[in-house]
Amino acid sequence: MSKFAFVRRELAPSLPPPVRNTGLIVWVHRRLFATPGDTLLTVLAGLFLLWAVPPLWGFLVGNAVPPGGTVEQCRVENVGACWAYIASEIEFFIYGFYPMDEYWRPNVVFALFGVLAALLLMPKVPYKVPSAIGFFILLPIISIVLLLGGSFGLKPVPTEQWGGLLVTLILSVVGICCSVPLAILLALGRQSKLPIIKTLCISFIELVRAVPLITVLFMASIMLPLFMPQGTTVDKLLRALVGVTLFEAAYLAEVIRGGMQAIGRGQYEAGQALGLGYWKRMGFIVLPQALKHVIPGIVGNFISLFKDTSLVYIVGMKDLLEAVKTKNDALEWAAPTQAVTGYVFAAAVFWIFCFSMSRYSLFWERRLNTGHKR
Amino acid sequence: MAHPKVGHSPPRRQLSLNDPAFRGFVYQAVVAVAVVVFLVWIVNNTAVNLKAQNKTSGFDFLWKTAGFDISFTLFAWDRTSYYWQAFLVGLTNTILVAAIGIVVATVIGFVVGIARLSRNFLISGLATVYIETLRNIPLLLQLFFWYFAVLKAMPAVRNSIALPFDSFINQRGIFVPRPIPNDQFGWVWVGLGLAIVAIIVLRIWAKRRLEQTGRRFPVFFSSIGLLVGLTFLFGMVTGANVTFDPPVLNRFNFEGGLDIPPEFLALLFGLSLYTAAFIAETVRGGILSVSHGQSEAAQALGLQDGDRLRLVVVPQAMRVIVPPLTSQYLNLTKNSSLGAAIGYPELVNVFTGTTLNQTGRAIEVIAMTMAVYLTLSLLTSALMNWYNARVKLVER
Repeated sequence: MSKFAFVRRELAPSLPPPVRNTGLIVWVHRRLFATPGDTLLTVLAGLFLLWAVPPLWGFLVGNAVPPGGTVEQCRVENVGACWAYIASEIEFFIYGFYPMDEYWRPNVVFALFGVLAALLLMPKVPYKVPSAIGFFILLPIISIVLLLGGSFGLKPVPTEQWGGLLVTLILSVVGICCSVPLAILLALGRQSKLPIIKTLCISFIELVRAVPLITVLFMASIMLPLFMPQGTTVDKLLRALVGVTLFEAAYLAEVIRGGMQAIGRGQYEAGQALGLGYWKRMGFIVLPQALKHVIPGIVGNFISLFKDTSLVYIVGMKDLLEAVKTKNDALEWAAPTQAVTGYVFAAAVFWIFCFSMSRYSLFWERRLNTGHKR
Repeated sequence: MAHPKVGHSPPRRQLSLNDPAFRGFVYQAVVAVAVVVFLVWIVNNTAVNLKAQNKTSGFDFLWKTAGFDISFTLFAWDRTSYYWQAFLVGLTNTILVAAIGIVVATVIGFVVGIARLSRNFLISGLATVYIETLRNIPLLLQLFFWYFAVLKAMPAVRNSIALPFDSFINQRGIFVPRPIPNDQFGWVWVGLGLAIVAIIVLRIWAKRRLEQTGRRFPVFFSSIGLLVGLTFLFGMVTGANVTFDPPVLNRFNFEGGLDIPPEFLALLFGLSLYTAAFIAETVRGGILSVSHGQSEAAQALGLQDGDRLRLVVVPQAMRVIVPPLTSQYLNLTKNSSLGAAIGYPELVNVFTGTTLNQTGRAIEVIAMTMAVYLTLSLLTSALMNWYNARVKLVER
């Protein structure tokens, strides 16, 4: 006799196959029709898309006049976007009133900027220090010499003739490069133990953050000339640059301070224990960690600075938005969809820059995520 | 045996830069002197410049006649009004658009923020597209779009587009019927007040009953019933009603009705839609910050779905959401100054624009404008600090 009480003598009935939890049908069920409420929402959203997408497609592509078209084509009934208008005015949108024979100068600056920025931004490319020197020291010098002219036999081009995307990019790049060091100093000052320096930094930061950028720009464009000794004229572009930089530095300083506060006390004390002085402690221990913490905030600030440069329009500067608005009001390409087309184009340009900045920051965030999150 | 005194005497003060305290003192002195010199230099330059331009200074211009028209005011304004009245007009217009904008932006922002977290692919996709589009386009451009490309492109007055409820939309804005309450209408407000008192009493009673007996009372639905019922009851009994004065097209323009100018509409649309995108991200972040364990713990305690949200998830999410939310409100208020670019008569347009140009008192005008925004900001941050202290996580 077997010592076992039970021995299975026939095969166990096969179990049903496991419910699929991957695949298209499951995805559709789970993401679109999980509950009756979900189904209702899906149907409503689908109806909205059916209502919105075809006219949008018709406007942007279907009925649109492609580049190279004529004004008459843009003036018919129910016409879509007038891309021919954009194509024919594109040079004005990029360079403003910059003399046509001298377009190569902004082009060289754009190209240099693109190459150096790419070298700096791509983490795998070596030679970061030379490219940083090139970007932050050589590029500004070359740009000023090339764009302003007046030396090396170049024809002088006063800043009043600059315009369009060129001015928008100059304002934002210079604003970004100048506001970061200023913001770091302000953030350090705000955290400092020296009462006078601390008070000065706090009042500057809070005052600037409390008022709208327009008033700062008004102040820069109206009051800066009053503050200067008699006879000095400050270039209009420079005034706007000063306003934008000071404004952005105050916001950035608060972001950086947030990062510094997230650093534990132990880090400061460790620096002191190693015998490092204030600047070495901050530069080698606190700031690298603090800045890393707040990369999303810093890039968010850069994005808002880039968008804010459009405000210089109100104090009479000629940036991309002003260029589009000027041409929209001109009669040469007057057509029913001219204004919408112009604004859609400007919006697309701004969107591409801002969106790529935010994606790039996301990329760094993931890369630098060295185990702070579980 | 007498021990020699052992202890640390504080290090002797040295007047050298190697002594941190002395060094700090020197640095501050240098900075303070530099700032004072800089300020004196600026003030001096300004005085010289003003003298050279034959400009006077002072706030006396506020009591001079302004002599310009303002297209949209909340109270009586004509060319003989004073500059201080222009200041008030600008201020009230700023507050009006900011207040309405904040309400609209909050509603849209919360809906979109929650929609982005939806399991439903289409809904979350639409919310993402909304946020990523509006967040990455400058507000000024959006305002131009709404004003010049949408509202100004509406048909002329004669070909106005008719909307429901006797309203019309054309180049000059939206014309809606003007509500005219009759004399008894005050009773409706009394009814509303009574309803609110009744709701508060009901809530207290229902909570006490829940704690004593465990039986629930449908507070939410009965509150709505009370609110609607009592208000209508008072209106019916006292004979209060509202008549509407509809806009009527005569030869050139509409007569009667209420005219909402396109500048206001464009600014309101632009501000609310733009800020809503940021609020949506704030809301999403706040909800995601409440860890899943909290919901599960609430379920384990046997809380119902509604209670779980109301008592566990929302309070913790609000702790994260409210501070950035207030700064968004502040941003909206400051951004309303962009109305100057599309001709909405808010503070910057009326005061920093027209008044400054006419009087030439740049310093006084800009200082007053900045003081207004500074006050708004400080008030908001004071409120914020109070709120933060109230909801702060109590730690050891």
